[in-house]
Amino acid sequence: MRPEELAERVRARVPEVTVARGEATVVVDRARVLAVLAEVRRDDDLAFDFLSSVTATDWPGRAPRFWVSYELSSTRHRHRLRVKVGIDEDDARLPSVTSLFPTADWHERETFDLYGIVFDGHPNLSRILLPDDWEGHPLRKTEELGGVDTRYKGAFVPPVDRRTT
Amino acid sequence: MSETSSRLDLEHVDPDEVREETMIINMGPQHPSTHGVLRLLLELDGENVVSCQPIVGYLHTGIEKNCEYRTWQQGVAYVTRADYLAPFFNELGYCLAAERLLGIEAPPRAQVLRVLFCEMNRIASHLVWLATTGMELGAISMMLYGFREREVILDVFEAATGLRMNHSYFRIGGVIMDLPPDGPAQIREFLRVMPGRIREYERILSENPIWLERNRGVGHLSADRALAFGVTGPMLRAAGVARDVRKDEPYCGYETYEFGVPTASEGDCYARYLVRVEEMKQSLGIVEQCLDRLAEPGPVMVEDPKLRWPAQLEVGPDGIGNSPAYVRHIMEESMEALIHHFKMVTEGISVPAGEVYQPVESPRGELGYYLVSDGGHRPYRVKIRDPSFVNLQAVPAMLEGALVADAIAVIASVDPVMGGVDR
Repeated sequence: MRPEELAERVRARVPEVTVARGEATVVVDRARVLAVLAEVRRDDDLAFDFLSSVTATDWPGRAPRFWVSYELSSTRHRHRLRVKVGIDEDDARLPSVTSLFPTADWHERETFDLYGIVFDGHPNLSRILLPDDWEGHPLRKTEELGGVDTRYKGAFVPPVDRRTT
Repeated sequence: MSETSSRLDLEHVDPDEVREETMIINMGPQHPSTHGVLRLLLELDGENVVSCQPIVGYLHTGIEKNCEYRTWQQGVAYVTRADYLAPFFNELGYCLAAERLLGIEAPPRAQVLRVLFCEMNRIASHLVWLATTGMELGAISMMLYGFREREVILDVFEAATGLRMNHSYFRIGGVIMDLPPDGPAQIREFLRVMPGRIREYERILSENPIWLERNRGVGHLSADRALAFGVTGPMLRAAGVARDVRKDEPYCGYETYEFGVPTASEGDCYARYLVRVEEMKQSLGIVEQCLDRLAEPGPVMVEDPKLRWPAQLEVGPDGIGNSPAYVRHIMEESMEALIHHFKMVTEGISVPAGEVYQPVESPRGELGYYLVSDGGHRPYRVKIRDPSFVNLQAVPAMLEGALVADAIAVIASVDPVMGGVDR
């Protein structure tokens, strides 16, 4: 199906749909994200029953600061849809979609780990890629790319750009 | 690393609740059969697995963050190191996504070369899977054979790209250079011997009583559960779902190649073995079709000087480098060429603002690249949807009620590559 036709079908369910570069994107607000995902999954013409990916982007200084995006696809119709939710910095939380898509478990943990976005109702929202005692969320734009102290035989070695010798 | 808020947490467990007969065992992160640094926290009741929690992250290298601090072209060299057994697929996903943002398409010959290298890479990756799985389940000769044949493929890669792994051969707008003159002959020789070798593997394994005992009925995952866990690739196809990005959302002209999508219905480790071996045969067929199409010469990179990498590269003793003739040209003959080279290399190309999600079918399933540009010279966001990362989530479900020895077979059948999982 062409993305424009798909967008038409989605529009009947969710009005805020745009098409760019052959991809249909729906922008919804936080309160409706679970309902919209359930809706496009249930609908026979859409049947978005597969969640490929959940991730975020960070735009400091803008409102909303974070955009969380869900990449959906349909095993029956072979089409794709992106659902995007904007959330503010001081209230960076979203309902977890693990009840609808169990695969969201690790995706949401990764997004929490790297962006500090909290997914309410997640069964085990803990860090996944970084150690549990890590401070900060490295994929935020406010965090610099740079080394951290490395513990080696009980002492700490500073990162390469901060070594004096 | 300590575990929080899981049922295996030792700090918060009520001592009265702990059943004395279960035992918590760490398998990994340094264990010969965890394919890198995967750690499994197993709760065992004698030989039976009560629960299992995979723990990842030991190989996190911040590839996604690093990409945000490099030019668009440099990103290729980072992503190729994610899933290191499928470097070409990472390069392909990244380049296709960037090309869609730019609104360009690689020339036809470059697309054929991309398909060719990807399918050779798929065979090499499945060979590593077959070799390591064989080793773990006691078929040591399979390990030797698998790595022997993979070496032949890596020789082809080395002749064409200068490197055995992490090639950075696909670039935005095409591939970095054409095959070497003896490349096609080298690949034809591989195509000549490989079918016989695959038959040999099948003779060793397919009816081997130990292989059947260790794989058949082990690690069962139904189609419904696989889809719920987001499982893709051979694991999903072994459960009977013919989902393959090459067929469903073709890229690089896959719709013009003849190949089948092997499936099985049992959904166990043995079915995954059957599917992967069949995929190797299908890939051989695609490589053959690629070679026929390569008879026609043509450019392998877009012509636009504002997009293409400025240097003429060639394979040297330590990988790809600027050709001496090109260095002479910019250093001695043309000031404009030097300025252009300098600008392209230091500043890079700028990519129109926008976002795309580009899936490709890697040996492990749907490898997706979600790229966001803010219109600048560097990617604003590079998200790698790695299939190993997602597929690993299904391990606890496959190990329910299994024996601890099955854990080895099950992990092997997932074929996780930790470089891709942890990125």
